[in-house]
Amino acid sequence: MPVVAGGRLTRASGLGLGVAMLWFSLLVLIPLAAVVATAAAGGWSGFWQAVTNEQTAAAIRLTVGTAMLVTVVNVVMGTLIAWVLVRDRFPGQRALEVLIDVPFALPTIVAGLVLLSLYGPDSPLGVDVANTRAAVFLAFLFVTLPFVVRTVQPVLAELDPEVEEAAASLGASRFTTFRRIVLPALAPAIAAGAALSFARGVSEYGSLVLLSGNLPMQTEVTSVRILSSIENDNLGNAAAVATVLLAVSFAVIVALDVIQRRVGRRG
Amino acid sequence: MGRGRGPGRWAARAVVTAYLVLLVAWPLWLVAQHTFADGLDQLRGIVDDPDVAHALRLTVVVAILSVVLNTVFGVGISLLIVRYRFPGRRLLNALLDVPLSVSPIVVGLALVLVYGGRSGWFGPALEDAGLQVVFATPGIVLATTFVALPLVIREVVPVLEEIGTEQEQAAQSLGATAGQTFRRITLPAIKWGVTYGVVLSLARSLGEFGAVKVVSGNVLGETRTATLVVEEKYLNFDQGGAYATAFLLALVAVACIVVVSIIRPKEEPR
Repeated sequence: MPVVAGGRLTRASGLGLGVAMLWFSLLVLIPLAAVVATAAAGGWSGFWQAVTNEQTAAAIRLTVGTAMLVTVVNVVMGTLIAWVLVRDRFPGQRALEVLIDVPFALPTIVAGLVLLSLYGPDSPLGVDVANTRAAVFLAFLFVTLPFVVRTVQPVLAELDPEVEEAAASLGASRFTTFRRIVLPALAPAIAAGAALSFARGVSEYGSLVLLSGNLPMQTEVTSVRILSSIENDNLGNAAAVATVLLAVSFAVIVALDVIQRRVGRRG
Repeated sequence: MGRGRGPGRWAARAVVTAYLVLLVAWPLWLVAQHTFADGLDQLRGIVDDPDVAHALRLTVVVAILSVVLNTVFGVGISLLIVRYRFPGRRLLNALLDVPLSVSPIVVGLALVLVYGGRSGWFGPALEDAGLQVVFATPGIVLATTFVALPLVIREVVPVLEEIGTEQEQAAQSLGATAGQTFRRITLPAIKWGVTYGVVLSLARSLGEFGAVKVVSGNVLGETRTATLVVEEKYLNFDQGGAYATAFLLALVAVACIVVVSIIRPKEEPR
């Protein structure tokens, strides 16, 4: 474990903490509290009505369902990508490393346009998913690409291959070695990456604007629903639906904290 | 299993490469191709367009402001969290990650509810004092700063934990002031972590779209940022202009990642 000083606050650091907390509150905490307060102001029935509105409920179902599906794909592909990047050496690997981070740094609206160029009406592959549910899946898959890879990679790099070699020399098959040795060690990192990927998918907006067409009941995601409530000046409705998304983010953060503490205890 | 030999390794390589090419590399390449389909005309076209030029300038100014804010706040709060113990420290640590998983639209809504000029909690009072936040530049800065807030912290905290406090304590026992210790010992040790965080924040800030869309009002020549230009041009059937603006943004984003990937390995052999 790293050495950390358990220093108590001095007068200067106390002042610093005060200023930092004031800024953090003004920027993040008070605005987020305002969302929940505005949702609560409509009462439980108002909240329930806003959230169970047919179109909104369809949007929430689509968003959560697609985010789950994408997370499953990311768990498999992300782990495989991390495996190849850590355990294999081949020319062009450095380029793949850069590609993994592209979705993280690329503006989301540009991500939508980028995907549209290969999977839109002018697709050189002849695959046109624009304005379909497949477009929502594709956009989520793109923006969540880095999460599982980047959480699994460092853990895999630390893993000692000798343990696996020992298992293999004792007669364990490749599959057994992977299941009994590698997977348990990677599981917390995979879970953390999956949680981040799910949270990112659920909250996605920008990449869908040009790609999914935002068709009500079909390709409209939760963020788009919130935006149309804002544009119709129905802030109460927007806040109610936003509170659902905030609850999902909060659940993910709690889950991450639990996972990290469990890992910390083991290490 | 170790290094993975035989056909399995080749299959894994092929699958991973194909996946990344189909999902990222090929689409990116096509955007570049669309941009240069008519030579440099489209790029020249958007740079010569005064509204686009204004949007690009605004985007850069906002990004720089929010990177500065997030760097000062990020380094400060990282030091406090790692080096001090105070009640609520763990809660604060968890809350600092919140902006990463909040939908940009919700970020925009949250800021409008507090700083909106008509019905926000603080908005009307601020406007009476002559400061318009929402539908003006301060709102864009707040939204951008919100979404990029955790990036510097996430890079600096692990480095601070790893370097420990021995050198800092030694410096202080030799009579260095807190400021000197920070400047001479702590800052050089965390400088790559900070740089990495700054580059990531810059990429994120230049590209924020959803939150800015809600708080900016998207007024042509005033509060329209580069990402909003991409949307507006595309929806108005100016695909060439949209691709050219998107290409500029993508170029900066990819440059940021390449810079980071060059910085990173230097940090590893410690």
